[in-house]
Amino acid sequence: MYLLILFLPLLGSLISGFGGRWLGCHGTNVFSTSCVIISALLALLAFFEIGLAGTTCTIFLTSWIKSGAFQVSWGFWFDSITVTMLVVITLISSLVHVYSVKYMEQDPHHPRFMAYLEIFTFFMLILVTGDNLIQMFLGWEGVGLASYLLINFWYTRLAANQSAIKALITNRVGDFGLSLAIFSIFWVFNSVDYTIIFPLVPLFEDHFLMFMGFKLHVLTLISIFLFIGAVGKSAQLGLHTWLPDAMEGPTPVSALIHAATMVTAGVFLMIRFSPLLEFSPTILFILIIFGSLTAFFASLTGVFQNDLKRVIAYSTCSQLGYMIFSCGMSCYDVSLFHLANHAFFKALLFLSAGSVIHAVSNEQDMRRMGSLLKFMPLTYSVMLIGSLALTGFPFLTGFYSKDFILELTQSSSYSNLHTFYVSFACWLGSMSVFFTSFYSFRLIYLTFLNNTNLTRNSVNTVHESSGMMVFPLIILSIGSIFIGYLTRDLFIGFGTNFWASAIFILPKYSNFIEAEELPIIIKWLPFALSLLGIFFASFIHLSSKTFHSKSILQNLLAFFGFLINKKWYWDILYNRLIILPILNFGYLIAFKILDRGFIELSGPYGFTKFIPFWSQILIKLQTGQITHYLFFIIFSFCFFSIISVYNYVNFTFSLVLVFFTLLFFI
Amino acid sequence: MFQQLNCTNISSLLFLVSLLGIFLNQKNILVMLMSLEMMFLAISFNLIFSSIRLDDIIGQIFSLLILTVAAAESSIGLAILVIYYRIRSTITVELMNLMKG
Repeated sequence: MYLLILFLPLLGSLISGFGGRWLGCHGTNVFSTSCVIISALLALLAFFEIGLAGTTCTIFLTSWIKSGAFQVSWGFWFDSITVTMLVVITLISSLVHVYSVKYMEQDPHHPRFMAYLEIFTFFMLILVTGDNLIQMFLGWEGVGLASYLLINFWYTRLAANQSAIKALITNRVGDFGLSLAIFSIFWVFNSVDYTIIFPLVPLFEDHFLMFMGFKLHVLTLISIFLFIGAVGKSAQLGLHTWLPDAMEGPTPVSALIHAATMVTAGVFLMIRFSPLLEFSPTILFILIIFGSLTAFFASLTGVFQNDLKRVIAYSTCSQLGYMIFSCGMSCYDVSLFHLANHAFFKALLFLSAGSVIHAVSNEQDMRRMGSLLKFMPLTYSVMLIGSLALTGFPFLTGFYSKDFILELTQSSSYSNLHTFYVSFACWLGSMSVFFTSFYSFRLIYLTFLNNTNLTRNSVNTVHESSGMMVFPLIILSIGSIFIGYLTRDLFIGFGTNFWASAIFILPKYSNFIEAEELPIIIKWLPFALSLLGIFFASFIHLSSKTFHSKSILQNLLAFFGFLINKKWYWDILYNRLIILPILNFGYLIAFKILDRGFIELSGPYGFTKFIPFWSQILIKLQTGQITHYLFFIIFSFCFFSIISVYNYVNFTFSLVLVFFTLLFFI
Repeated sequence: MFQQLNCTNISSLLFLVSLLGIFLNQKNILVMLMSLEMMFLAISFNLIFSSIRLDDIIGQIFSLLILTVAAAESSIGLAILVIYYRIRSTITVELMNLMKG
């Protein structure tokens, strides 16, 4: 049963991919969707067996690579982290499959799309279930590949090509870090199996590695490399630029990959490696700084974006920041809880955005929408549910995970915990709550509530989506309302033993109890901030006041607004400072000077130029005059006799030099 | 008896003169051929002198052989010259540059 969860999507992908032209459009849809749905049901069963009944399952298939101490096997490890991820992946994936049957109805490439979606699901499952790093890396690279294929699904579009390449290469930077992590783990632990690495970690707490005269703490080094991988995949600040651009793919893809599953792979990696990260305070500090900066930066950028999907993409980026800094606070379980909840409401938001885009004939700019409430009340209500869940409205899903993360950051107010840097996360995280609710409701107002900016043609064709598309929305909105409440006690309840040995937290970093003891006013703070954001958004969009004045402050604000709308110029900076110099290096130095220059000159090109030159000189020697030939005979006779006499006396290098200079002058 | 130094000097001098005769002559090919003959003469002279000096017959035999070779060579050379003159109507060395590279 456990293997079926994995191999049903693989089977579906292979058959719908290679046999798509025999199965046909409908056949592919039915076959691949049913494969994933069965896999999702089995995943729920696995969740019951492993998560609720408290067992752990390991499956050893066969040996993969065997070379001395290096042994990799095809093994699967199902524990509570894995089954949680399994349920999230297969459930979201099957809903997206159902959704895209109707959404991609007009598209001629159904079998290919379904095959890509399924192969993505399969690789994601490999990623989360692998019991060693190599197998995890296989899944990690596989989802990168699937992401490339899916973003580039409409391969005739230039923007899709560019975004796909950008996503792949930016991910590759992170993958470089992850492969360094795997190498260093094997160097230190002599194994890549989780079951061997994790118990050994405490032994290496005071282990240092000498590298070029530097003394490096081994665990910090490994965890920094791991984090670089997570930065690439989970779009943390620095390597986040691919995520908004990945919205060039079809909307179901954005919902599946860039909201719910692939981007959470980095967070999953951090959670999986909790036994290792715990022993390195440096990496916890780095996680907090990077996570909170990402949360703040992305939520601020989302405020000034006008593309419907791009706003939600930045929202994803921001929520990933929350998950990462909650890992930095050693609250891996809360992070995973937020991951699971976030998957539900973000998939909901994306799919309902897809429904909106579908209705207004593929227009993505929010400024050209408006008053869609009249036309599609159901989409409006599910999107409102998603947005409220995202802002952490009380008793919706987001409330139980997100607000709890923020409460945990408040524990920095207890000075005896020595976690002063958590206040960084506290401030930035709280501010991003405000921005999150602001952009969510800006989105709602611009799309659904404001006066319409649609063209007359579009207004005539606006319609509520059909049943196949609405069904996943309803399921996901039910999830967005209830999942948090239902699984709260299981995942982050007080003293829950759901995680068993899957997550390891050092007792000195555990600050659950402190978070429970916070004053009630502080516990209300996130809710107050999100309400403030909602009111602010309502004020701007409901009142007729416009902000047009010439004061310096206004100009400054306008300047910052412009800056943020341009995404803080990250892309341009990367293009100008990194990509352009590398391209120039590649063309001017590596290609023009080295490849076609120096090497060619000393190789074939140089010879073809040099030999005719010499032969011209030699031709000139053949004058045809007998006296000249006689001169050469006598001259060389004299020359060699002098040389031989001189050599006999003492051989010097200079003589050889004289010889060659003579040769040259000839 | 012959002075040893003297004889060597004579043969070497003769060889040098003939060499310069070939080398410096730019005009007439007959002079070249004659210098060639002189060269053979110098060599033969040197061989004969050495054979007397070393009391060995080989040198004289060798010089006799050289004599025949020289005779044959000059006859062939003159024949070539005659053919050349018949075609080009001139025997000036400077003008013999048809084989230029």
